[in-house]
Amino acid sequence: MLYPITTIHYLVLSAALLLIGTLGVLARRNIVIILMSIELILNAVNVNLIAFSHHFGKVHGQIFAIFVITIAVAEAAVGLGILIALFRNKETVQADEIDLLKW
Amino acid sequence: MTDAIFFYAFALLAVGGGVLMITRRSAVHSAIWLIVSLLGVAGLYLLQKAEFLFAVQIVLYIGGIMVLFLFVIMLVNLDEASRQRQFNRQWWIALAALAAVGVEIVYFLKAGGSAFRLSPPEAEAGAAGPGNTEQIADVLFSEYLLPFEVASLLLLVAIVGSVLMAKKRV
Repeated sequence: MLYPITTIHYLVLSAALLLIGTLGVLARRNIVIILMSIELILNAVNVNLIAFSHHFGKVHGQIFAIFVITIAVAEAAVGLGILIALFRNKETVQADEIDLLKW
Repeated sequence: MTDAIFFYAFALLAVGGGVLMITRRSAVHSAIWLIVSLLGVAGLYLLQKAEFLFAVQIVLYIGGIMVLFLFVIMLVNLDEASRQRQFNRQWWIALAALAAVGVEIVYFLKAGGSAFRLSPPEAEAGAAGPGNTEQIADVLFSEYLLPFEVASLLLLVAIVGSVLMAKKRV
């Protein structure tokens, strides 16, 4: 079960990375670390795509992984821009202290 | 055998880096553990003969995105935040829900592994074919040309948006 490395091993690893990233998003208060957790989730997706790309012997999965990385870059840039604007206005980076839309 | 050793080493880097990333108090330490995790994932790409993505992962993720993150961490004053409570009040609900989802995923992977004929992997393409980067370029610039152009548009929008967002006055 442990020794011949199959696609299943990569899928389990990818699921573990996804769960760690989701826990970071759900449980941390610091917005910078929430953004980093999102990067970890996108990496878990990439591991999955590459595993299937290797499994079926086609490169299409790797193309999708390239697009996922592109989205991740755009998301990080916009997210960090929002974070800077937020810090300038609210002087905080804690996610549960930003409650302007709550009543 | 070497394959398995490398897989477990890189998997340990990826998962261990991730766990340490979400538990560290200081954001800089978190960023550095995320870099370790990304390096582990890059190693997994190399194990699966995705050499181009290995290079992209290191150059773009670790060299680009993580430097951007560290830059913002230095820009934003996080000393105050690192002294406060790190997890919100619902963290145990999140942990319980994720444990349930994790058990489900592992169960379905175990149960469905044979149904989908996931193992063993198909025969490797012969070494005589074009290299990984060449194959990717072939497919990317023929079949996926339109999504490629749309991605460039998306990046342009993201650049303009983030500059607009971070500017003091527009």
